[in-house]
Amino acid sequence: MDYVVEMRNIRKSFPGIIACDNIDFQVKKGEIHALLGENGAGKSTLMNILFGLYQPDAGSIYLRGKKVNIVNPNVANELGIGMVHQHFKLVHNFTVTENIILGLEPTRALMIDTRSASAQIKELSQKYGLNVDPDAKISDVSVGMQQRVEILKMLYRDAEILIFDEPTAVLTPQEVRELMKIMRNLIDEGKTIILITHKLREIMAIADRSTVIRWGKVVGTVNVADTTEEKLAEMMVGRKVLFELNKKEAHPKEEILRIEKLSVAGSGGAKGLKNFSLGVRCGEIVGLAGVDGNGQAELVGAIIGLRKILSGKIILHDRDVSTLSIRERISTGMAHIPEDRHKHGLILDYSVQENLVLKNYYLEPFSHKGLLNWDYIYDHAERVIKDFDVRAGEGAEASARSLSGGNQQKAIVGREFDGNPDLLIAVQPTRGLDVGAIEYIHKRLLEQRDQGKAVLLVSLELDEILDLSDRIAVIFNGELVGLVNAAETDENEIGLMMAGGKRGATA
Amino acid sequence: MKKKLIVKKNFLMSLFAVILGLIAGAILMFVTGSNPIEGFYYLFRGGLMNIERIGNSLATATPLIFAGLSVAFAFKTGLFNIGGAGQMLIGGLCATAVGLTFDWPKPILLTVIIIAAMIGGALWGALPGLLKARFNVHEVVATIMMNWIAYWTVFYLVPLYLKGPFLETESQRIPMAASLKVSWLTSLFSGSYINLGIFLAIIFVAITAFILERTTLGYELKAVGYNRDAAEAAGIGVNRNIVLSMAVAGALAGLGGATFYVGFASNMQIGVLPSQGFDGIAVALLGANSPWGVFAAALFFGLLHTGKGFMNAMTAIPPEIADTIIATIIYFAATSVLIERNWDKLNKFRLALRLRKSKQESLEDDSGGEQ
Ligand SMILES: Nc1ncnc2c1ncn2[C@@H]1O[C@H](COP(=O)(O)OP(=O)(O)OP(=O)(O)O)[C@@H](O)[C@H]1O
Ligand SMILES: [Mg+2]
Repeated sequence: MDYVVEMRNIRKSFPGIIACDNIDFQVKKGEIHALLGENGAGKSTLMNILFGLYQPDAGSIYLRGKKVNIVNPNVANELGIGMVHQHFKLVHNFTVTENIILGLEPTRALMIDTRSASAQIKELSQKYGLNVDPDAKISDVSVGMQQRVEILKMLYRDAEILIFDEPTAVLTPQEVRELMKIMRNLIDEGKTIILITHKLREIMAIADRSTVIRWGKVVGTVNVADTTEEKLAEMMVGRKVLFELNKKEAHPKEEILRIEKLSVAGSGGAKGLKNFSLGVRCGEIVGLAGVDGNGQAELVGAIIGLRKILSGKIILHDRDVSTLSIRERISTGMAHIPEDRHKHGLILDYSVQENLVLKNYYLEPFSHKGLLNWDYIYDHAERVIKDFDVRAGEGAEASARSLSGGNQQKAIVGREFDGNPDLLIAVQPTRGLDVGAIEYIHKRLLEQRDQGKAVLLVSLELDEILDLSDRIAVIFNGELVGLVNAAETDENEIGLMMAGGKRGATA
Repeated sequence: MKKKLIVKKNFLMSLFAVILGLIAGAILMFVTGSNPIEGFYYLFRGGLMNIERIGNSLATATPLIFAGLSVAFAFKTGLFNIGGAGQMLIGGLCATAVGLTFDWPKPILLTVIIIAAMIGGALWGALPGLLKARFNVHEVVATIMMNWIAYWTVFYLVPLYLKGPFLETESQRIPMAASLKVSWLTSLFSGSYINLGIFLAIIFVAITAFILERTTLGYELKAVGYNRDAAEAAGIGVNRNIVLSMAVAGALAGLGGATFYVGFASNMQIGVLPSQGFDGIAVALLGANSPWGVFAAALFFGLLHTGKGFMNAMTAIPPEIADTIIATIIYFAATSVLIERNWDKLNKFRLALRLRKSKQESLEDDSGGEQ
């Protein structure tokens, strides 16, 4: 028994679904063990059980060979288990130090000794190369930094077994690279890491072994050195996944969206948008590439109507829509997949069927003279759920909150595709999705284009932009620094422009 | 199916709060040297013992139902309406003014009174809604201020225009034609305070439930309440819904004012904020913000309020015990979050019990065979 963690026969069911179906899961000391599986496979549930957030219906957990009963996260902390959740749990107007010692402070002394805590945190931060300022306020630091605070929180509690639930989904590619470095440091110091991720490349780059689960059951555990991305994907989805997209030639037609000299004020330290002009034509996908925080949020917010503009025009279907309400813009045939699914995408306390009509509940046949047509809403939801493979225990009637992260995303994407929009503004449309789901969404985006619809794709993943776009616009510091044909460029050129380097042919 | 599950859970949680409240009351009675069984006997007898008392319990519950509906409705949009008292006052003032001014046949007069009370309450609710939507003034602050504005409005207007023949501090008695009391109902309940208000209340509970569950309006209001950002991004007019929600909440409380001042009572006193306006918060809490839950909670509180006097008359237990019971129930209802958190454990416990029981039963079946 040289396993630090051994979960045996773990079973957990929710109404209508068995999230973990007799799962056996073993982790060796000092390894990075990747947990891979489709959206809704039960990864988060399994880790929440290990962290004491859920109690299993059956099964047992052994730590270093000893049977343990993890009744709540405090017990998990005492046993040396730490977890970074996909949605961070930090208090925003507290400092880094305050957040880290939160919950521990009364047991140490009667007085809260922030100074020595702060010194200790600084030391830990240096030791693992985390580069965190203990006195900074959470509300002032980036998402990547917040994640490192969560990591410090675990380390401060002397955690030996570190669970990361989709840590890279919210990070920029640069931050991902830094995180990997940090993970290696942690391993060098003798920690053990369990990593949930959908990005096969990350698994290949950093993990030692990987356990694959599907529909709540373990498919198998493999040594990463003996496998390939393709094999992992096949294990996970149960069929071959095509990494190649079948991208036909684009036939762009008239311009549907024209942004003219648009300026938008930045928010929260962001630079805003300056004199930005761009056109999107029917039958093409325009990708917007850029490092996070260079004006993408301002641009998208202005187009859909969530942000006020300072100057300029937004012309949709030959009409300036910059003074129209959000609903009026939506009814011209514009759809939007938001970046933050919990904030702008879903009403978590509504059921899936209610969420799927969020933008058209007031139209026939979803409602008639102000009365909701529940039968139709239900049938509609069943249809979208089937098309987009949204997995939920109770189907259309499940609350959005109970869905796994990826399935929440699929529900939003399904809703936005549903009205067959003339213009789709897709921001990080595949964030948190498994490879199978990504393949499907990419296919649908291309189909949309081939049907003569327009897509504005905003993504931090350069690969996604390069694979899907027909033209690529690069944004830096709130300005358009380049507009190039996707066929005539590569990662390097785009990367250079994203850093504010070379200026391409601006059209 | 999911919906039903939640309803059942909320119902059990409220029931749990009630039971804990009653236990706390029993302990208090016991500690003060009284017999709790006797106390509860008279408390409930006082509210239920004859048809007149039942009528009074219903009549006491009526304004509570409206006040509770008002709070619950606003809460669905994420708004905390503390202004029930002021909205009731203004609704009552409008109702009384109409009742004292016009000399129309009863059916017409009552219709106009009801509409006037709703409009008055709606305006009183809409104003804080507007302040919230426009200037982001917190509705708690605004509604409390509106309570006092209503208080002083009544304080000056009643003596000026509606003064009674003897007292400066109350309005004239409203004529029979303007009262929600009707003789057949009064005599059916052997002279109790019961009035048409209770039917109005039932109708409005049903209407509110219908609006919230079946209409696009209810869908929008709840969407705004649950997640304002997502609602806005989906094109739902957030500000419009805030004003609307507060107006409807105000109208409901205004109606409650009518049932109180031209139903339960027959004139308006100045210098009093009706306590029902605040009790509505407790009613909504215990009723888990669902219209029919509010209905049940208000009936229960009405019963306690009616019974406490009788308990006091028949035993040495002070009527404050009944208020303490109510307060404790509110307390437990408010902390139901805690109960909810342990709900899973509770369920598991129950499951284990049931498993053991069924095992036992099957054992018994095996050994006993057919009995
Ligand atoms: N609290 C809950 N109530 C009901 N169902 C739940 C709950 N939590 C999870 N589920 C269901 O259990 C299943 C597994 O969910 P889980 O979050 O573990 O998936 P996951 O593997 O982490 O997926 P993803 O990659 O999308 O994050 C899903 O079908 C989900 O709907
Ligand atoms: Mg997950």
